[in-house]
Amino acid sequence: MDVLALLADGFATSLSPINLMIVLLGVTAGLFIGAMPGLGSVNGVAIVLPLTFIVPPSSAIILLAAIYYGAMYGGAVSSILLGIPGASTAVATTFDGRPMAQQGKAGLALIAAAVASFIGGTISVILFTLFAAPLADLALKFGPAEEFALVLLAFTTFVGLGGDDKLKTVVMICLGLVLSTVGLDLISGQPRLIFGDIPGFYSGISFLVLAIGVYGIGEILYTIETSKTAPQVTPARITFKELGYGIKRMGRIWKTMTFGSVMGFFVGMLPAAGATPASLMAYGIAKQTSRSPETFGKGNIEGVAAPETANNAASTGSLLPMLTLGIPGSPTTALLLGGMVMWGLVPGPMLFIEQPDFVWGLISSLYTANFAAVAINIALIPLFVWALRMPFTVLCAIVMVLCIVGGFAPSQKMHDVWLIAGFGVAGYLLRKADYPLAPLVLALVLGPLMEKSFRQTLIAEQGNVLAFIERPLSGAFIAIAVLFFVLPFVRYLRKGSRRSIVTAE
Amino acid sequence: MAYTFTRRIAMGLAASAAMFATTATGALAEGWKPQKPVQMVIMAGQGGGADRLARLFQSIIQKENLSNMPVLPVNKGGGSGAEALRFLKDNEGDPHIIMATLNSYYTTPLRTDIGVNIEDFTPVARMAEDTFILWVNADSGITSLEEYVAAVKDAGKDWKMGGTGTGQEDSLVTAMLEKEFDLEMTYVPFKGGGDVAKNLVGNHINSTVNNPSEQMGFYNAGKSVPLVAFTPERLAAFPDVPTARELGHDIVYAMQRSFVAPKGMPEEAVAYYTAMFEKLSQSEEWQTYTSEKALMPAFLTGQPLQEYFLAEREKHQAILDAMGDDSSS
Repeated sequence: MDVLALLADGFATSLSPINLMIVLLGVTAGLFIGAMPGLGSVNGVAIVLPLTFIVPPSSAIILLAAIYYGAMYGGAVSSILLGIPGASTAVATTFDGRPMAQQGKAGLALIAAAVASFIGGTISVILFTLFAAPLADLALKFGPAEEFALVLLAFTTFVGLGGDDKLKTVVMICLGLVLSTVGLDLISGQPRLIFGDIPGFYSGISFLVLAIGVYGIGEILYTIETSKTAPQVTPARITFKELGYGIKRMGRIWKTMTFGSVMGFFVGMLPAAGATPASLMAYGIAKQTSRSPETFGKGNIEGVAAPETANNAASTGSLLPMLTLGIPGSPTTALLLGGMVMWGLVPGPMLFIEQPDFVWGLISSLYTANFAAVAINIALIPLFVWALRMPFTVLCAIVMVLCIVGGFAPSQKMHDVWLIAGFGVAGYLLRKADYPLAPLVLALVLGPLMEKSFRQTLIAEQGNVLAFIERPLSGAFIAIAVLFFVLPFVRYLRKGSRRSIVTAE
Repeated sequence: MAYTFTRRIAMGLAASAAMFATTATGALAEGWKPQKPVQMVIMAGQGGGADRLARLFQSIIQKENLSNMPVLPVNKGGGSGAEALRFLKDNEGDPHIIMATLNSYYTTPLRTDIGVNIEDFTPVARMAEDTFILWVNADSGITSLEEYVAAVKDAGKDWKMGGTGTGQEDSLVTAMLEKEFDLEMTYVPFKGGGDVAKNLVGNHINSTVNNPSEQMGFYNAGKSVPLVAFTPERLAAFPDVPTARELGHDIVYAMQRSFVAPKGMPEEAVAYYTAMFEKLSQSEEWQTYTSEKALMPAFLTGQPLQEYFLAEREKHQAILDAMGDDSSS
């Protein structure tokens, strides 16, 4: 009851005309920023942060939350339309979103992503409202050993996904892990794999550079070769009938979306883990539990919905440790945290007690931002789809420019642009040789986290490998990971035996 | 009296700025003024303590209208700030670049061969010195340095000290502690101070030497206990926490938060930035922040600042040497 009263007070703040305006503006800006390959919520929040001093802190945080949400929605747009994930959290969305766009169902895929994002956002905000305080203690239970087990779980979901050539998947994971070791080693402070002494490699290879290279440039090269003049993408139209159909289709996969939301929220809440493993695991689980797993990766709407619910839910979840513990779960929440410090707010266990107006104003603005985002997103779908109907010769040039600008903007180093070009050629060759690209990109994202937590645990436990299994939480995660790894084989064997029975008949 | 006076100036400036957006700062500096946006290079990545502080400076500059051109923070954290140092060196004479420093300003050129000599750079202003405190989890029952040393001696290598990357500030303080008390702990490096603080409260490590700002939230909630401060005098925010010196152990370590500029920056430009930071150091926001976060305001400029930098570099060289070749090679 207490919670509801506080939330009502929060709504009184967030629903004032000026704050509503701010939400609409922020969501729209966030959508476009998120839809550009290379720009994501981090850039959006960073650009706007200094502007927030003109308005009172409660309005400022609403603006930032709106941009944060808008960008999360927008991230799916570039994944689906161009096949370039704008953020690591949107990689899993390309698996089925891209094939849907190629089949002329871009509109449907975008609707699925928007609705799924809305459901993920809403369920996670409700969880946040009800359990924020007790859940903070759970986040504290996560030490390095638990982090490692969780990332391992994300990896095994991936290998277990199957479909692609298993050996090629493993090769790409290894390649990604090697790339992830480039740069300064956290534990010893020494530079690794900097190719002689190229300063640009000190800060490592960023996800964006690799993803824009292999997905963006690689895809363009591949398309130029395979399609010459004919557009590779079937032109898509969007009608109200399709909208209704899309929403009805979504109703049938509510189980996947509910699960994705709850899991996304919990994984996102853990500092360091965040939305990327959450979206991957949601995709993997949706595929494992589906009655027709073979349609995944070929344009299954469930394959768009699962990661999108999870990554949106995770982005809400990552606000929890930021507010209650003062620990950002992602680069974007780190910036939000910086903003709070500037406004004189002290995040931490006392924030909920000392600044209830601020906290509940923020939570209520998450509800409004979510509503605004889904409405604006659906309204803009025709515009996004229209962009796809451009002649390929024009689209190709635009995407090329977006790729280079998107790669240069975050670090402002030519070094990254050359890397993108190199990865582009590599991506093209790998695609020709039929190597899956997602394991490469995701290994680069998850690799450093996994290496760091593994070594931290071994240092802390003085080399005792059993520590991973002895701790209850990490032990449980590792058990599930093993199960995931084995499950596809079991299913394969069972199917195999069933098939042999059929042939025997 | 002086304080209220400057405060009034600041408020007046803010008010007039609202009315005459562009002309208001004319009075700030006669002569040289930035002609284009000023880049504020940060020697660390986004979200960390150094980044947060630099962005606080930027927001105060903007809010109080201390600069007629916008100040844009740029993160160049690669290689413990090597990237930023190199950038500063390669932009000799540029009047539109300033850099926010931390102690890697000395240690990075000492640890890695990047061809940078900090003597060449132009000192602008030291804003504050951040402080270090020894923390344990409240559940540990440890309340004094004596009990702490006994507990660590008992546990030996099983005692886990958490901190930032090896070779960075936290590991230097840990090395000093180990030497002073003849201890042998296991040092577990984490990515940032916030991560370290959380792992202490979650009982994944046994102690830390966090900056007060990183533990403040947990301390207020009664989850962590400060044992001893590595400051010359007791901190106003922690009046009951003794300094190491008081207890007869000469461990004093601070993290400087300063601004420097490239070699050969025109003198008028240096004067402009120095005046800007002086106004900043007197602003109400900054003074509230330093007292709440237990930072020691320590405004210093010009030649004395350069001498301070060089003396600190000597000190860090000695600490790195004492830590042995494994981390400084």
